[in-house]
Amino acid sequence: MLEGLGRPVFSGVAIGKAYVYDPHQCELPVSCGDSKAELEKFNLALETAREQLTKLFEKTSAEIGEEQAMILDVQIMMLDDLDFIESAQDMIAGGASAAQAAHDAGDAFSAAFAAMDDEYMKARAVDVKDMARRLVDILCGGHTGFRMDEPGILVAEDLTPSETVQLPKDKILAFVTRQGSANSHTAILARIMNIPTLVQADISISPEINGKLMIVDGYDGRYYIDPDPAVVSSMVEKLRKAMAYKAELDKYRGKPSVSKSGKKVLLCANIGSAQDVRYALEGDAEGVGLMRSEFLYLGRDNFPTEEELYQAYKTVAEQLNGRPLVIRTLDIGADKQADYFGLEHEENPALGYRGIRICLTREDIFRPQMRAIYRAAVHGPVSAMFPMIISVDEVRQIKEFCRKIQSELYAENIPFGEVELGIMIETPAAAIISRELAKEVSFFSVGTNDLTQYTLAIDRQNAKLEAFHDAHHPAILSLLRTIAENAHAEGIWAGICGELGADLSLTDTFLEMGYDELSVSPGKILALRKKVCESEA
Amino acid sequence: MKEVKYVITDPLGIHARPAGLLVKEAAKCACKVTISVGGGAAVDAKRIMGVMRLAVKQGMEITMAFDGPDEDAAADALEAFLKANL
Repeated sequence: MLEGLGRPVFSGVAIGKAYVYDPHQCELPVSCGDSKAELEKFNLALETAREQLTKLFEKTSAEIGEEQAMILDVQIMMLDDLDFIESAQDMIAGGASAAQAAHDAGDAFSAAFAAMDDEYMKARAVDVKDMARRLVDILCGGHTGFRMDEPGILVAEDLTPSETVQLPKDKILAFVTRQGSANSHTAILARIMNIPTLVQADISISPEINGKLMIVDGYDGRYYIDPDPAVVSSMVEKLRKAMAYKAELDKYRGKPSVSKSGKKVLLCANIGSAQDVRYALEGDAEGVGLMRSEFLYLGRDNFPTEEELYQAYKTVAEQLNGRPLVIRTLDIGADKQADYFGLEHEENPALGYRGIRICLTREDIFRPQMRAIYRAAVHGPVSAMFPMIISVDEVRQIKEFCRKIQSELYAENIPFGEVELGIMIETPAAAIISRELAKEVSFFSVGTNDLTQYTLAIDRQNAKLEAFHDAHHPAILSLLRTIAENAHAEGIWAGICGELGADLSLTDTFLEMGYDELSVSPGKILALRKKVCESEA
Repeated sequence: MKEVKYVITDPLGIHARPAGLLVKEAAKCACKVTISVGGGAAVDAKRIMGVMRLAVKQGMEITMAFDGPDEDAAADALEAFLKANL
């Protein structure tokens, strides 16, 4: 038995045959001796690659989205690049085969990109490699020959975007990659597909693994190859329990979330990106109670345009098909930012220039965001929610700004919809003056993580403070009660979108306080609904 | 020989996508079209990898040079393209 560790990006247990995905499966043919014939082959391969990429581009833009499709459009242009083509042609004239030339020219250009200072351009090395690999595959007769005859576990070094698009998804039980991160293409796909996945696994990718029995434990971040009978039986038991629990929860799919005494609560999902909406739907969310905007800004070199923001928000609104969507505006600070924001280092970022404080002082950031949100509201019920509020005056400024955005859009003849405005209650100040704030907005959503950290003065990243931390501290519960009471006194709804919302030991308390909505990780909705339905509160 | 100088205003700079559009536009010209940044080496504006490798950011000034029979029309067309897209 061989066993090892990986970083789990999705939980669950998978048992099946291992399939090693090796993009370099074929041997490069050598030149037939006639450079004219090799040149002819190369030009034909360019033609075929262009056709394939164009088809893939159309499929991707229809099924996945414009942003992923753009990656392929750029690859088509790289394929037509004269620097690349001439470099390959020179190699062929010097005696190389078409396949060798495509491979070596691809390596040379991707190395040139990888050596650049610019992080964005560095990442384009993968695109060049992907494009060149396609040519090599064509020249080696068809594709790499990767096939899965039966469902199994895919083991790979890493997967490029065009590889993930082409995989036989219905047959993949789990992914294990040696590279990759929580935000890699593989991880995104794993979350969409709800399958156990390990990235950064300490696995050596060799053909010997192929066809062997493999187990992936996405709960503990472990994998086993040729597992011992004892491991197999304990994993089968783990899988059986997971399935039984899932089947039990599945009975609550599509059911209303109403307690025994008749209290109804809306169970929504927190999502971190536009792709996650599928996961929310699969989790049977009644809406999205928190769509974070940060992912649109991080991991890139410059601000997203209004159009990019609009497309992302619109995708989610459309897929929710009439269910409510609450978009939280950008919530970043010095501790979580991208370089291009140019935020100065701060001694105490949790109490610093962050969240709404950035938006209210940087119209260049706030304007495209609010315009995108108003435009997305044409496609479904969309609300906007603002983080880090401490005063009534801030809320009035936001409302004034939103009025301005609406008249701009109206004057420009750009369609936009109604957007309900709400705020996060995550500072003790906002909780204490919640009665006044409730007169200004349409809803509250309590961010319990920050509210707890600010109320208890405990940094949640500091492991030493764990002994002092009490998620159920009476001060927090008292604030939560006040917030709900004040919201209802002014006729608005109140929800919870922090981690506490999914704490089943508090569900009765929240129902009794009168919370109208709980927004949790998509995978926790059914368990929460079961708890609500069984509650006497 | 004609020259056009332009300061990039697009917050994205000459990213992969706009680089592609720029190359497509330059490819329409019969004359030789080059692009350079801050006195650096000029690259052929009809080749996407070279243009991308300039890694042009917002606020940088680029110089486009046109040399050939249709250089006047080409310079006008590219200048209009830059103003509209970058």
